[in-house]
Amino acid sequence: MTDDLKSALQSLLKAPGLSGFEAPVRSWLEDRWGPLADEIEVSRLGSLHARKRGAGEEPRPTVLLAAHMDTIGLMVSDVLDGWLRVTEVGGVDLRVLPGLRVIVHGREDRPGLVVQPPTDLRPPAGSNRTVPLPHLLVDLGLPAREVARLVRPGDPVSFGQEPVSLSDDLLAAPYLDNRASVAALTLCFEELQRRKHPWDVIFAATTQEEETFAGARTSAFQIQPSLAVAVDVTFGASPGSPDHKTFALGKGLTNVMGPNLHPAVFAALRDAASRVEVPLVTEVTPRHSGTDAYALQTAREGIPTGLISIPLRYMHTPVELVSLGDIRRAGRLLAEFAAGLAPDFLTRITWD
Amino acid sequence: MAEARLPTARVRAAHLERLRSLTEAQGVSGDEGAVRKLVQAAIEGQADTVRTDSMGNLLVTRKGAGRARLRVLCAAHMDEVGLMVTAIDNEGYLRVEAVGGLDVDTLPGKLIWVGADRVAGVIGAKPVHLTKDDEDRRTISIDSIRIDIGAGSKDAAQSRVRVGDRATFATHFERLGRTIRAKALDDRLGVATLIELVLNPPAGIELLAAFTVQEEVGLRGARVAAYSLDPDLALALDCTPARDLPSWDGSENTSYNARLNAGPALYVSDGSTLSDPRLVRHFEETADEHRIRYQIRQPGGGGTDAGAIHLTREGIPSLSISVPARYLHSPASIASLADWRATVRLVYAGLSRLPGRWKRSR
Repeated sequence: MTDDLKSALQSLLKAPGLSGFEAPVRSWLEDRWGPLADEIEVSRLGSLHARKRGAGEEPRPTVLLAAHMDTIGLMVSDVLDGWLRVTEVGGVDLRVLPGLRVIVHGREDRPGLVVQPPTDLRPPAGSNRTVPLPHLLVDLGLPAREVARLVRPGDPVSFGQEPVSLSDDLLAAPYLDNRASVAALTLCFEELQRRKHPWDVIFAATTQEEETFAGARTSAFQIQPSLAVAVDVTFGASPGSPDHKTFALGKGLTNVMGPNLHPAVFAALRDAASRVEVPLVTEVTPRHSGTDAYALQTAREGIPTGLISIPLRYMHTPVELVSLGDIRRAGRLLAEFAAGLAPDFLTRITWD
Repeated sequence: MAEARLPTARVRAAHLERLRSLTEAQGVSGDEGAVRKLVQAAIEGQADTVRTDSMGNLLVTRKGAGRARLRVLCAAHMDEVGLMVTAIDNEGYLRVEAVGGLDVDTLPGKLIWVGADRVAGVIGAKPVHLTKDDEDRRTISIDSIRIDIGAGSKDAAQSRVRVGDRATFATHFERLGRTIRAKALDDRLGVATLIELVLNPPAGIELLAAFTVQEEVGLRGARVAAYSLDPDLALALDCTPARDLPSWDGSENTSYNARLNAGPALYVSDGSTLSDPRLVRHFEETADEHRIRYQIRQPGGGGTDAGAIHLTREGIPSLSISVPARYLHSPASIASLADWRATVRLVYAGLSRLPGRWKRSR
């Protein structure tokens, strides 16, 4: 992945994985992570756990690096004379749906098109209002009996636009939230093959983050890590978005602080970043970080947790945009952080 | 004779390849050059005369076999709705205006090709996580639309695009079973029909084929094309919305305009033209004779090149025949291959049986 991040990421983006339907992306990752791991397993709720044993004395502490592999999308709620009605999986932006190419994952995968019916075929909504999801339709361009054979309510529907390279560094695609972070974890995994690290490192690609954080919560319980770092995306600076809540692309990552994160992990991430010269900006989240970190922190007796985020423009649209350089930086930072954890690091995490 | 050469209903690989290249080409009104080149290449060596007029219309004539006295104009517009870049801001984002009746609600979240070099761009939206109040329940106006080409600065953007560049949705042609999905089916389907007529002209008429410009911004190309060609009668070959979707409350959809898979749509009346009833009758009878399924486009608003053509000079008896397609003026339209082939057959058959039945009014 290090050699050609862009094409590896494009391949990763092709594997669908709506919340609760992560099997295709998990299988892609098993192939990539399997050869890098000492142990690999799939959790009861579908998360992928891959352990790389450390060089320290047993019992070794364990650090969990977690990124969710699931994505938002749509789900068929009704099949109607060849058209589909859909509901949402995760937080879907209604404004980007009319005219959107999608893939309907029925008995076979088929291309579909989300359409906004003409005004006299939908309820009056008032001017400049988006059409509510129950009144949008998906057209597969197939005869009604063919649609009835292929599609059932409950089938997932993913955004179908292909990834587009805007420059050597910038890639736009649906689902870079959170495949960008999954790629960063993979880069870290590859780098650790060449490095000595005292701690065990567990890489987790979690499920259902966009709905309930179910993957992260249960994986943290099962793995019982000594520390955890969630990797996710944050708001990239973009037209119309407030400057103070967004971060420039290609200028580094954010290290998140707030009640959801442990100050010692925050500090260790900051120190690791300065050692490998990865620019790191502090991002504050006064309440819920809206990421797996929220679930990791309160698993079992509590897990000191950190959160690194990769800036991404146009979150939850089909044209999410990231800097490949930022993904590489995240991989490098996570490897430095994990390898730099001293055997006695836990004893130094004290409140008073 | 002519009947023996009636085009087949079968879709050939070459048909699909032509539809692919025509629909993927960019031809926003006023910038139809790329489409014109494809048409010129497709008809090369086949026509009697070919010329491009002062507005960019491609005017082609070809006499069919036998005594070809009746001069019939067939017009299909090469242009499509789209965007024009109006400004490049300091951060390198592009502002745009719509050209023609583009469905602006479909812009956010889509992939875009900008300019003749097809610079890749995207139209994003403020993340729903950051929207205030009901902002995420309101549509985004064209004034707030920005194309992001990943430039980062005005200078970097200006090295790749210019103010005045046209932009379209970046949609690749796809076949979905018996339908096709592509941008600009309005009116590349008509252009494809007209190419077939030039390659295989009906006997007994002189075909005056006008591949027109600027239909989407006021039927402007057709006006001058009809004047120069000065035909006896005219057909506008266009694409009409199939609004045959289910109604939200289960009530009958009585404003479908046209239906997919119901064959070519004959116009009796639209927002700008009352079709010549003799021509309507002629094509209905032709369809019956050849057992070609057809439909009457629901009378109502909208218009085609016929709106300009029938008012030209002393007046030109005109009829529009359209291929129905869903979701026109959006990133992707869907049309039935059977409807398109039936349209090619009906137009050919109807023109073939005009001589002797149509009395020239001069």
